[in-house]
Amino acid sequence: MRVALFVTCLADLMRPGVAFAAIRLLEHGGCTVEVPQTQTCCGQPAYNSGDRATAIALARKALDEFEGFDYVVAPSGSCGGMIRAHYPELFRDDPATLKRIEALAARTWELTDFLVTVLKLDSVPGDFTGSVTYHDSCSGLRELGVKAQPRTLLARLPGVRLTEMNEAETCCGFGGTFSLKFGEVSTQLADNKCGHACATGADAIVGGDLGCLLNIEGRLRRRGDLKTRVLHIAEVLAGSMD
Amino acid sequence: MDVRSNEFKARAAANLDDEKLQKGLGLIKVKAVVNRAGAVAEFGDFESLREAGKQIRDRALADLDLYLERFEREATARGAVVHWAENASEACRIVVDIAKQSGVRTVAKSKSMVSEEVGLNDALIAAGIEPIETDLGEYILQINDAEPPSHIVMPVIHKTAEDVADLFHAKHGTPRKTDPAALTREAREILRPKFLSADMGVSGANFLIAETGSTLIVTNEGNGRLCTTLPRLHVALTGIEKVVPTLEDASTLLRLLPRSATGQAITNYVSLHTGPKRLEESDGPQQFHIVLVDNGRSKLLAGEMREMLRCIRCGACMNHCPVYQAVGGHAYGWVYPGPMGNILTPSYVGLENAIALPNAATMCNQCGVVCPVKIPLPDLMRKLREEQMERGLKPWPERVGLALWGWAAQQPALYSFGTRLAVRVMKWLGGNDKLIHRLPLAAGWTDGRDFPAPAGKTFRELYKERRK
Ligand code: SF4
Repeated sequence: MRVALFVTCLADLMRPGVAFAAIRLLEHGGCTVEVPQTQTCCGQPAYNSGDRATAIALARKALDEFEGFDYVVAPSGSCGGMIRAHYPELFRDDPATLKRIEALAARTWELTDFLVTVLKLDSVPGDFTGSVTYHDSCSGLRELGVKAQPRTLLARLPGVRLTEMNEAETCCGFGGTFSLKFGEVSTQLADNKCGHACATGADAIVGGDLGCLLNIEGRLRRRGDLKTRVLHIAEVLAGSMD
Repeated sequence: MDVRSNEFKARAAANLDDEKLQKGLGLIKVKAVVNRAGAVAEFGDFESLREAGKQIRDRALADLDLYLERFEREATARGAVVHWAENASEACRIVVDIAKQSGVRTVAKSKSMVSEEVGLNDALIAAGIEPIETDLGEYILQINDAEPPSHIVMPVIHKTAEDVADLFHAKHGTPRKTDPAALTREAREILRPKFLSADMGVSGANFLIAETGSTLIVTNEGNGRLCTTLPRLHVALTGIEKVVPTLEDASTLLRLLPRSATGQAITNYVSLHTGPKRLEESDGPQQFHIVLVDNGRSKLLAGEMREMLRCIRCGACMNHCPVYQAVGGHAYGWVYPGPMGNILTPSYVGLENAIALPNAATMCNQCGVVCPVKIPLPDLMRKLREEQMERGLKPWPERVGLALWGWAAQQPALYSFGTRLAVRVMKWLGGNDKLIHRLPLAAGWTDGRDFPAPAGKTFRELYKERRK
């Protein structure tokens, strides 16, 4: 099974370890993983900013890069959701491309969803021990139905104890460029999230989207919490990479 | 009502620091969110009900002209008088004229968002007629120097019982009391004689029933019933989009509305008004006027925001919106706050007068999944963002930034070079604690948050190195 990794621009820039962890998990599940080298961004920042032309251009680029694979997997519900839920809408007036885009969308998965639903993974290589709490990122949750999948996988790690926080499904306030344009509101929402997460006393806050995780970690550190770890689910499941 | 939506950012920031307001807003989660979840769970298959609600509203909108004509015919046949108002000032003029023709001096009003939208109270006052808000929340706002509501269902959610205690003490000149029941009793004692003496009652309408020409209102306080039956005139003021084909349709929507709004299976009162008092009846107004307001609605019908007209004004979208929960309704600067306001305000008052609103959302889609008529609110906000882009209404730094980034993201070699440089600079900025405390172009982020610094190489660099 040839799987293309959609690295996501945030993992590429901010946390390469997340992409390596995703590769390890996919290989653990028996996939042949390839990383198309010209990939950049799915186009969601442009799409959500109202720049439809750029979003369409980037979607076309992704289509050319990724359409030859059996599956496309992204360690992000946000990018996965962009491709699966929104790419088709961009080509509603272009039937020829729409067909190809729909085929791509149908083969594109968020990482934990893919591991559970397609690969039916019954073990993961990680060795994390400690208590964690899981933040449900909005796109993954509400566009792709990612809720049980990461929890199923966490349950495969004997050393992990999951404690749910209040309002786990409430937005952390990231929202892409929203976090810059409406900084005060965004910070307040991140602060609410940190409060709920910390109230569980977990060693680590875990989630499936780097945007949210950077937002949460950024607020957590500013609040003076240097101890609670903020980890991507792939990092927890794959274990130490060095 | 004045439009102050372009002040969103400043007002939102001020509201975040307003402790009393935050306390009031906290109640939304307790009251509305938890209660709705309970009601939905108890109902069972709420999803099918939402789908049915959506279809009813779509059916009504698909043949809106026909249903409105039918409504007018049926209502007229039963003795009501139907008026058509193209815009806010026309709506006000019609109501004022009705009042003047019958020598009306005081008007008892039950809650109506359309009345807020068209600014009816100001128009009545200007004509020398006294409007009296009889919904407790609206009454509180009215005696507080006509403060605008901050929520479409719970207009004073931004106020605490303490605020109301101070207000009543100051305005009524009665001893200060904080017990909500006592405050309510006090308001009732003041309002009752006004009901009894009012010459005209003004209500809204949650639905218009085409097949019977009836208007339907839901309330919890019973004031709506008094306003519509005691005075000799009743004027129902509502938007043209509120029509539904049949009573059966209305009853389906009635299962959605209170559950979505307050988590009630049904409101305390559901009133259906069909024509004025008949000869054989002992109660009811002598005249029943229905004022149907367009004020931008037919324009929406023909455009990309059409789905917004399905809205049944339940308020669930704002109750569940993390941004609304944080900043409150006044930040939105016009009648309709929260996600629905992010679409309705620019649609009705002009996109240029509400630049921030379509952007004032994280696109979390919590609103979309609770909306009882399945309005894809984030998608509509995005379309408005696209329109802002096309019309050059976005601030230039954003446009330039987006254009540069968008162009670079289409040039893999350049992009790769740029990102390599960026992660190195960010690593350096992060210093020993690997946290960036200040970023010149991203103050919106770093004013309240650190930025976790990257490791110094991009994934694609490392991937190439490891594969060698
Ligand atoms: S948009 Fe939907 S959720 Fe919001 S008030 Fe209207 S019907 Fe209710």
